[in-house]
Amino acid sequence: MSELSHLDELEAEAIYIIREVAAECERPVMLYSIGKDSSVMLHLAMKAFYPEKPPFPFLHIDTTWKFRDMIKFRDETAKKLGIEMLVYTNEEGVRRGINPFDHGAAYTDIMKTQALRQALTKYGFTAAFGGGRRDEEKSRAKERIFSFRNSAQAWDPKNQRPEMWKLYNTKINKGESIRVFPISNWTEKDIWQYIRRENIEIVPLYFAAVRPVVERDGTLIMVDDDRFPLKEGEKPEYKSVRFRTLGCYPLTGAMESTAATLDEIIEETLSAVSSERTSRVIDNEAAGSMERRKREGYF
Amino acid sequence: MKGLLKFITCGSVDDGKSTLIGHILYDAKLLYADQEKALALDSKVGSRGGKIDYSLLLDGLMAEREQGITIDVAYRYFTTQKRSFIVADTPGHEEYTRNMAVGASFADLAVILVDASQGVLVQTRRHARICSLMGIRYFVFAVNKMDLVGYSLSRFREIEKQIETLSKELSLANVKIIPLSATEGDNVTVTSKNMDRYKGEPLLTYLENVDIDEDETEDGFYMPVQRVCRPDHTFRGFQGQIESGSIYAGDEITALPSGEKAHINTIYVTDRKVSEAHRGQPVTITLDREVDVSRGCVLTKDTDIPVCGRLRVSLLWMDDEPLVTGKEYLVKLGTKTITGILTKIHHAVDVNTGEKMAVQTLSKNGLAVCEISLAEGITADTFKNHKTLGEFILIDRVTNMTSACGVVLETKRQAQQTNKASFVNGDIKARGDIFEEFFYDTSSLSVLKYRSVHETYTIGDTIPLTGESYSYPENFDILVLRDNTAVTVRSGKIAQIISFDEYTYTGVPVVNGRGFEILVFSQEDVKRFFAEYDPEDPEFFRRHMKFDTYRKVAFSGSDK
Repeated sequence: MSELSHLDELEAEAIYIIREVAAECERPVMLYSIGKDSSVMLHLAMKAFYPEKPPFPFLHIDTTWKFRDMIKFRDETAKKLGIEMLVYTNEEGVRRGINPFDHGAAYTDIMKTQALRQALTKYGFTAAFGGGRRDEEKSRAKERIFSFRNSAQAWDPKNQRPEMWKLYNTKINKGESIRVFPISNWTEKDIWQYIRRENIEIVPLYFAAVRPVVERDGTLIMVDDDRFPLKEGEKPEYKSVRFRTLGCYPLTGAMESTAATLDEIIEETLSAVSSERTSRVIDNEAAGSMERRKREGYF
Repeated sequence: MKGLLKFITCGSVDDGKSTLIGHILYDAKLLYADQEKALALDSKVGSRGGKIDYSLLLDGLMAEREQGITIDVAYRYFTTQKRSFIVADTPGHEEYTRNMAVGASFADLAVILVDASQGVLVQTRRHARICSLMGIRYFVFAVNKMDLVGYSLSRFREIEKQIETLSKELSLANVKIIPLSATEGDNVTVTSKNMDRYKGEPLLTYLENVDIDEDETEDGFYMPVQRVCRPDHTFRGFQGQIESGSIYAGDEITALPSGEKAHINTIYVTDRKVSEAHRGQPVTITLDREVDVSRGCVLTKDTDIPVCGRLRVSLLWMDDEPLVTGKEYLVKLGTKTITGILTKIHHAVDVNTGEKMAVQTLSKNGLAVCEISLAEGITADTFKNHKTLGEFILIDRVTNMTSACGVVLETKRQAQQTNKASFVNGDIKARGDIFEEFFYDTSSLSVLKYRSVHETYTIGDTIPLTGESYSYPENFDILVLRDNTAVTVRSGKIAQIISFDEYTYTGVPVVNGRGFEILVFSQEDVKRFFAEYDPEDPEFFRRHMKFDTYRKVAFSGSDK
């Protein structure tokens, strides 16, 4: 009998976790961010329950500032796979005109963190799958696969429940909830190799194409729609770019690249000189910023 | 050889674990450039002045940076030409032993650091003991800081002897000892020029080549069922991960605890239909006939896995609240969670010295050999025979804390069966918990339950009206709320097994599924009783039921 490959082993671990949650947790949901990690998570969920559909809904927190290609991809994917896709927006934030250009950190808090908290409360979800990976950031490297949140949705890093073998303790008290990270142990490279092996569809923005961009503080930002406030004399340039991570378009840096196939992307990723989160503007703040945000309830 | 190696590093506060892993990542040029930049920056505030402090790569929490120690496990990932690695870097301090155990339960191999200037210390013994308890079978002792003892071979030989003594004491298999210096890079990823009389390979080379599967010895096939997959009425598949062995379509399997047999119809590995499946794969299995299988059951082939009522275990206490014998905990073992009582502490084990001690209680980070009594039979085995069915956690029923983890040393068999319905009439089934015995256990000073009757009864059968702790009248009705089924007994024989919709009150005494009298005196009362049913509300029980009408608590020893 042949040994499982390293990807097989990661896949088996993730499927085991996803099934455990479906079997034990009262009201689970899978967070869906439309990014490549979410695409892998969705694929794993489809495989975990086959021939049944995943027995839980998917939830997208829509800040209203996602790339248009992402929204199109989300809707097409949900329709094609026949899964339940919930979309939640913090309408109060929209009414107040909160946007990434004028409100910086407050934007992330209101349209993402608060929106997520509102959605989890509204639907009464007790367990939410996330696509977080431990290789992304230092505080995440310390987080358990089953990570508990108190009734204010906050994380207590100094007092994490011990997690032994595959014996996940899913019991919670009233008001508490669990974040579950089935792909905790995957690296960015594993994600790409798995996408190739399994032929997983991802948003076209990951592939290089000529797109209109402007440069702000050394970061290339794509002008995805006419809400983008161009400064005086600023004109979008057309460059061959792709994205290593996807989020709100005004906050997501593009990289100049001609990698238009999966093989080319993998080649470029493996010899990369910067890890993926540098292209996320919010992570480049003070040391420990992610930990602080998570304690406050960021996913 | 496995493509992925999971290992942990452990050592005491200043042994330099984080530095060692940081150095492997750094040396192998496995860092992304911007992480290097961040590291150089971090080092400015780090403990080694302007010099790069590799350990800052790993200590991720703010409190850890401030205190300069590791509190919780950090996971790191790297790949070489030969293999992928996941490293769990664990805290060395005794206070965080439980976090170390988390890392150890995850790993296949342990790298234990020993300070060359200090030799084997109590910490070393503690770390080796915990790793061994959690099931690690491969050990590397990295004798670190060789630079501080002038790379002395005789010093290394001395420590080697100490380690060999420890290995013998703990019966550690597969022990490798390597002299190195994590700060200077000797024997970390490249052979040291300072220790040419040491002929072995450097640490990374060893990790790249060690085959951790060579003494895999579990018998047969077994798969704990995670869930039942029922997309429609025609499909009923059992989903889980194969823990050992292989299966082929057409194989006869035995479902535990029921002991029922069936043949495998189809096998899916995730979404692929296949003719065979092997250890480690996530599968969905359909059978050729209806068997009583749900989450928590185990599908087996060619094994002798027992159904047990009691377990002798070795456990690590992890809760801030001390262990209390006689208290009821949730026991999670495989995919099954049931209640159990920690009836007895045989002895505690000093985590540092291994000394056995008689104790009444156990506090956080304590080790002990204990006895657990389970509320019903569970499919379990010793950790040695079938690892996955020999690992368990205890969950506090009030705080939900994972209070302890442990491994099964010895199983005490229970007669086969537990989940079979006791009352069957075609499709209508109900559990027979009215035959449970309640007894006062003289060793744990607690009231326990035990069920000895395994018969199935149908209409016309005579049932045993009297047991050690119960005595029912000749004529009575049983309302089994969990199964929505009513059973009527007339002259000691079963008259009807019907669904609640068909049941009417006729004036005979009524009991619930556990044999407690239900205080109803009219059809109206029965209706109200159904309407207010809440199995978790003690007030519901107080209002509607009486324990001691037909039941009492009998005396018994723990051998029951």
